[in-house]
Amino acid sequence: MIRQRLWQRFIAHLDPTLLASLGILLLISLVVLYSASDGNWYRVLTHMINILVACTALWIAANTPLHYLMRVAVPIYLLGLALLIAVAFFGEIANGARRWLNVGVTTIQPAELMRIAVPLMMAWYFEKCQATLTLKNYCFAAVLLLLPVTLIARQPDLGTAIMVAASGLYVLFLAGISWRIMLAIFVTFIASLPLVWSTLHDYQRHRIMMLIDPSQDALGRGYHTIQSTIAIGSGGIFGKGYLNGTQTHLDFLPERTTDFIFAVHSEEFGLIGNLVLLSLYLFVISRSFIITTHASTYFTRLMAGSITLTFCTYIFVNIGMVSGILPVVGVPLPLISYGGTSMVILLLCFGILMGIHSNKRIVQT
Amino acid sequence: MKYPIELKNDKQDIYYFQLRLALCFGFVFLLFFILLIRLLYLQGIQKNHYQTLAEGNRISIVPMTPNRGLILDRKGLVLAHNYPAYTLEITPNKVSNLSATIDELSKLVDIRPADRKNFARLMADSFRAESLSIRNHLTDTEVARFSAQRYRFPGVEVKARLFREYPHHEKFSHLIGYIGRINKSELEQLEEDELANDYRGSGYIGKTGIEKNYENDLHGKAGIKRVEVDAGGREVRVLSNTPPTSGNNLILTIDAQLQEVAEQSFGNFRGALVAIDPTNGEILAFVSKPGYDPNLFIDGIDEQNWRDLNDSPDVPLNNRALRGQYSPGSTIKPFMALAGLHYNKRSPSYSIKDPGHFSLSGSAHRYRDWKKDGHGTVDLFKSIVVSCDTYYYGLANELGIDNIFNFFSRFGFGKKTGIDMEGEVSGLMPSQEWKQKRHNQQWYAGDTISVGIGQGYDLVTPLQLAYATAILANDGVAYRPHLLKEVQSVRVNERRLPKMDIEFNLNLNQDHLKLVKSAMVGVTQPGGTAARAGAGAPYTFAGKTGTAQVIGMKQGEHYIESKVQERYRDHAWFIAFAPADQPKIAMAVLVENGGHGSSVAAPIARKVLDHFLLNKAPQSAPAMHEAKGGAND
Repeated sequence: MIRQRLWQRFIAHLDPTLLASLGILLLISLVVLYSASDGNWYRVLTHMINILVACTALWIAANTPLHYLMRVAVPIYLLGLALLIAVAFFGEIANGARRWLNVGVTTIQPAELMRIAVPLMMAWYFEKCQATLTLKNYCFAAVLLLLPVTLIARQPDLGTAIMVAASGLYVLFLAGISWRIMLAIFVTFIASLPLVWSTLHDYQRHRIMMLIDPSQDALGRGYHTIQSTIAIGSGGIFGKGYLNGTQTHLDFLPERTTDFIFAVHSEEFGLIGNLVLLSLYLFVISRSFIITTHASTYFTRLMAGSITLTFCTYIFVNIGMVSGILPVVGVPLPLISYGGTSMVILLLCFGILMGIHSNKRIVQT
Repeated sequence: MKYPIELKNDKQDIYYFQLRLALCFGFVFLLFFILLIRLLYLQGIQKNHYQTLAEGNRISIVPMTPNRGLILDRKGLVLAHNYPAYTLEITPNKVSNLSATIDELSKLVDIRPADRKNFARLMADSFRAESLSIRNHLTDTEVARFSAQRYRFPGVEVKARLFREYPHHEKFSHLIGYIGRINKSELEQLEEDELANDYRGSGYIGKTGIEKNYENDLHGKAGIKRVEVDAGGREVRVLSNTPPTSGNNLILTIDAQLQEVAEQSFGNFRGALVAIDPTNGEILAFVSKPGYDPNLFIDGIDEQNWRDLNDSPDVPLNNRALRGQYSPGSTIKPFMALAGLHYNKRSPSYSIKDPGHFSLSGSAHRYRDWKKDGHGTVDLFKSIVVSCDTYYYGLANELGIDNIFNFFSRFGFGKKTGIDMEGEVSGLMPSQEWKQKRHNQQWYAGDTISVGIGQGYDLVTPLQLAYATAILANDGVAYRPHLLKEVQSVRVNERRLPKMDIEFNLNLNQDHLKLVKSAMVGVTQPGGTAARAGAGAPYTFAGKTGTAQVIGMKQGEHYIESKVQERYRDHAWFIAFAPADQPKIAMAVLVENGGHGSSVAAPIARKVLDHFLLNKAPQSAPAMHEAKGGAND
């Protein structure tokens, strides 16, 4: 009896539908990772531990009262900003980019933290001044967004910068920024493209050029896209079968446990497998949209909307780049790619989403 | 809940929010639709294309070169064979910095500037992404030294390859020819003939001689090994393996020992000798002096050697037996005599009084005999024995060029013999029509008279003259001269013999033949022009001397004082067959600038005949068989 009560308390804030679909996707990720890592159990085990940690984060987030979440918004944002500045001065350089900060026991990537801190901060800000929203507020929110994005882009980490920018822009859009201002921003963005181009690093320009014609450097920068496209296409309708992907197992596919894991999945499970995967993603997305529409406060609506749309963006950008219609920007496939930090942040977001949903129910009862 | 819940939400606000959310949801659907289209395109429509690309990534086709067939003489002596050696090879498109790699390699393996030059040329000629040799014939220590450092050199490997070798160097050069690197035009030809697949991985092809003519038999078919490779190019496993088909061994009609005797007999003279078995057309010896070392050509001859060979006044690269065209001189007199008998212009008993010269009626021009005072009374028999020019001046005049042309053409003069070797030239048998065409002049009676003693427009090759002699020796029954005796398939132990049908039969009068042949025997006996060469022969042999005048020096030839005298000398000819009553061998010998046929050419023929008829008793069949079996192994 007591045990049953405890269990109910334990799962009270979780959303079973969302949880189940997330679980299936995580199971798929384990299966694909086993193949992508050439049967490396150590890799799979590490991934399981990452998932466990991430699930804990999810549970904690789901059970965190929303006003706590609002209370930590500013400190987390400021902490993230401070860390980004620290990276800019004391960060460790790897692969020509200054992204990591050595904090003694481990190295962390503060940019990842910004993926949650930025929408949190912006949603908090709009909640605070929702009664009197003026252009000035939008401008300030834009500054809140541009500050970390610029710092991340300078590292340089184009992928994360884009994703952080996207999460903030979704908040701006959902907060009700007028269409005219959006049009103005859009025009300014297009107009500033040449300027942005001139500030990009050579390798970033190269990646964009590669998208236009990957074959011009088949053994160099274009190699990633060419090989992943071959992997996907050669999978055909039914795939080559589990553990039978030649592109995967003969080393042709680069970064196949992380950013390019979708190609592994496509090669071995084919179009059918991809339809299943996309359907599951769509299911998760639909559920997230439902949760968002039912969110009760301005803050939670913005937060839930941003989380959902950012999730969609990750999927589109990753599959788009792996299948060769977007430049290679280094974005993982959510829930499938190997990688601890992004997994934890992602499930934390879903935890917040579930918390928002359960709070809505509490309000109604 | 302690947190004051916001209940005063403006309905309008929520409406706008949900509108925007719906817009976003629609946009997300659009994005997913784009992804779906892209995946349908890649995995549905373009599936086959990408599967081909993936297979191309995965499967590497390794060609396996077939062993080239051996070339043996009729007794099983090896004239061309293969031996294994290590080569250091580079696949240029797997190496990022070629010259730096070669520099590094040269620290381990001796790489000379010539090797680099060779490699650069191979690069320019190479038509596929194949591995090219930077150094051949590595020593064992060099192989060991490289193998220890191998990991530093991706795209560089040591390979064991078979190399062609001609163990007798210049001795059989014009006969065997040589192989060399396949060039672009040869590759195009192979592709046209749909043979390119058989040549995958083999860099060599026959360029001249037997090596070229029987290329299809000798080369064999390349095998193919399909291997699965990973992205680093390492072999993961073998998928399928089609072993190569070795080339066939060729047994030639050549008697290598006889050929050696012939070559030695020439001493330092230049010239040619072709010996044919008149009963079947088998060529027993095929000599062109001087020769060259065919081994120099296999991997491309270096500049110095090429200049030496090409600029030498001795023209060692010219195959004189096949391509040298000379005036036949008096060697055509037996054929003239046959023509005279055939057209009833001369009877065996008819004789002339030879004053030492001949004049056409109404002309003061004197055609001189080689003997100033003439030969006295000369009938047909004596005309051949003493090689009387005056007799043939008159005969030629009476026969006329049309008859001479017709009769000689039947013996193959002015035509290619059809020998199984490329590059043969046809010589020249002049006719009225020819002169009109060539020189735009009518034929003069004087032209015929020069032709009558083989000093006119007529030109023969040593091969042609040997062929005509063989036809004469075999009583007008002709067999096409050929070098191939047998093709042996190594794999299935099968033999193939070339067709040896009678080519044609001239149906000559046997009495005429007997007379002319007996006169030719007289040539080698006391009183004959080749009496000295014939002295003491324990067999009877028929022959005819000849001398071809050398008309001055060619333009552009270098003036080398010590050589001038010699180069002005006449070419010496001798044709022969033996034994006279049942000929087993017929030949033509040409010695360039040898002077008179009797003094230089006839002794060479004698030595060859002695060796053929005396030194070597006819081989017993089983002994020959053993020899062949041994050479095969």
